[in-house]
Amino acid sequence: MRNVLPILTVVVAIFALWYAGAVMLNAPWAKDKATRAGIELSFPQLVADTWSQQKPKLPAPHQVGEEIWKTTGAMILKGRGFSKRSLIYHSWVTFSATMLGFVLGTVLGTLLAVGIVFNRTMDMSVMPWVIASQTIPILAIAPMIIVVLNAVGISGLLPKAMISMYLSFFPIVVGMVKGLRSPSAMQLDQMRTWHASAAQTFWRLRLPSSMPYFFTSLKIGVAASLVGAIIGELPTGAVAGLGARLLAGSYYGQTIQIWSALIMAAVLAAALVGLIGAVQRITLKSMGMAQ
Amino acid sequence: MSWLAFGLIVWIGGWQFSAWLARRPDSSLARVIAPIIFGVTLVLVWEALVRGLDISKVLLPAPSDIAVAFANSTAILWKDFVQTVIKGALSGYAIGCGSAFIIAVAIDRFPFLQRGLLPVGNFVAALPIIGMAPILVMWLGFDWQSKAAVVVVMVFFPMLVNTVQGLQESEPMQRDLMRTYGAGYWKTLLKLRLPSAMPFIFNGLKIGTTLALIGAIVAEFFGSPTHGMGFRISTSVGQLAMDLVWAEIVVAAIAGSTFYGGVALIEKAVTFWHPSQRSRQ
Repeated sequence: MRNVLPILTVVVAIFALWYAGAVMLNAPWAKDKATRAGIELSFPQLVADTWSQQKPKLPAPHQVGEEIWKTTGAMILKGRGFSKRSLIYHSWVTFSATMLGFVLGTVLGTLLAVGIVFNRTMDMSVMPWVIASQTIPILAIAPMIIVVLNAVGISGLLPKAMISMYLSFFPIVVGMVKGLRSPSAMQLDQMRTWHASAAQTFWRLRLPSSMPYFFTSLKIGVAASLVGAIIGELPTGAVAGLGARLLAGSYYGQTIQIWSALIMAAVLAAALVGLIGAVQRITLKSMGMAQ
Repeated sequence: MSWLAFGLIVWIGGWQFSAWLARRPDSSLARVIAPIIFGVTLVLVWEALVRGLDISKVLLPAPSDIAVAFANSTAILWKDFVQTVIKGALSGYAIGCGSAFIIAVAIDRFPFLQRGLLPVGNFVAALPIIGMAPILVMWLGFDWQSKAAVVVVMVFFPMLVNTVQGLQESEPMQRDLMRTYGAGYWKTLLKLRLPSAMPFIFNGLKIGTTLALIGAIVAEFFGSPTHGMGFRISTSVGQLAMDLVWAEIVVAAIAGSTFYGGVALIEKAVTFWHPSQRSRQ
């Protein structure tokens, strides 16, 4: 709780910088307009203008907030919360791809980790490639994966989910390998003195003690997964999803739309990470592992 | 059919050889050879599958096709590499990591700022920052400056968080010892706190390497001059010239691995004292 004041200060500072930046970046356009109209702008007028332009270089926070409200809350009130013009619809599209990819990535990552921990051959030959696979800027081939899968007749959710999966499996593998190996030699010896089979050691010792690592990896994985889904939406021709909103906004110079999509993505990321954090706290507490 | 049989034999052979390596007593040589065998097996099986199942070139070109495309278009690939990696990614990486480092050292003197910025930085590091790309492209134009800016934003927060955390790493006992030596703030920073922060700083630097390449390439999807890796990938996909796309991916993979490997090598030289760098056993 003692961190509340410093965090608030930083957040307020960010907003202040944002407003100041909006004035600075939008001022040339405002002045340009004024000279063409032949009027002299006083400073308050200039500030007011820079904070309320139609297509500003940097929209002020309240403009973004208004836009978000217009495309979410106001649309629900009108009973069209799920129409194609609402951000809720686009967030839902991105969210579903993220979740599918995240679940697939978690399953794949966990299976790989189990294989790596139990099979020396896999440890020696696959693990280096798991690490190397992440030095490849995979997002770069996202458009290709989408186009190729479209050509085979797979379209919609799955191609995007594949990209999310690729991005999220890595943190899970690395975290789970670390976690499954975290029991100390003493604990493993204890299992051996009880004559526990490999399966029993896995279910009763290795898996439970990997849980803290598992949840930490999940948090990183879900954030990566969201990035993957957003990038995966770029090449689909800006149909639906937050990524599509970003692309459409940048085509038509709708900066407010870009920023509102960006903020929505941030809120979504924060919500997902927060949700996993909550599950983590509950699970670890019931397992008696809470820090 | 014979190609498929070939692929199967290669797969079984490669696996058997790796299993044999794994059963032998641990040696550093085996640790190098095993992944290489796995990689070669994978490429051969890929080639065999593409040829055996007659997969169309648009879907998945064979490794040999990619190699031919790579050899035929080295001039284009080099130009794209310079535009995206050298101008975009590397300059952004240097500016982003450098400024994050300086700001982290500055923040470190004020515990109040530290407690405020660390949670916010951690939060921002988890956000899809790549979404800033269209905005920065709009502000800074289509050339490499906007790509570098995207890279700066992407690498900044992981680097900041890691450096701030690393600077807290030295123990009170060690700091007290420095005080008994009569060392001032700067001397303590240089001789004790920065060296002990190095594992964290390099962690940030390593995370940054991949982010830098991703940022530079993805930013080109939102607008770029008529060369650059992201530009080439998105236009070649449109022309269904998949072998050129894959050649670009090979370049990206090589650049990414070299970049990461380079930073890891420097890390090894700088933080040789850290437990994670000592050889096993």
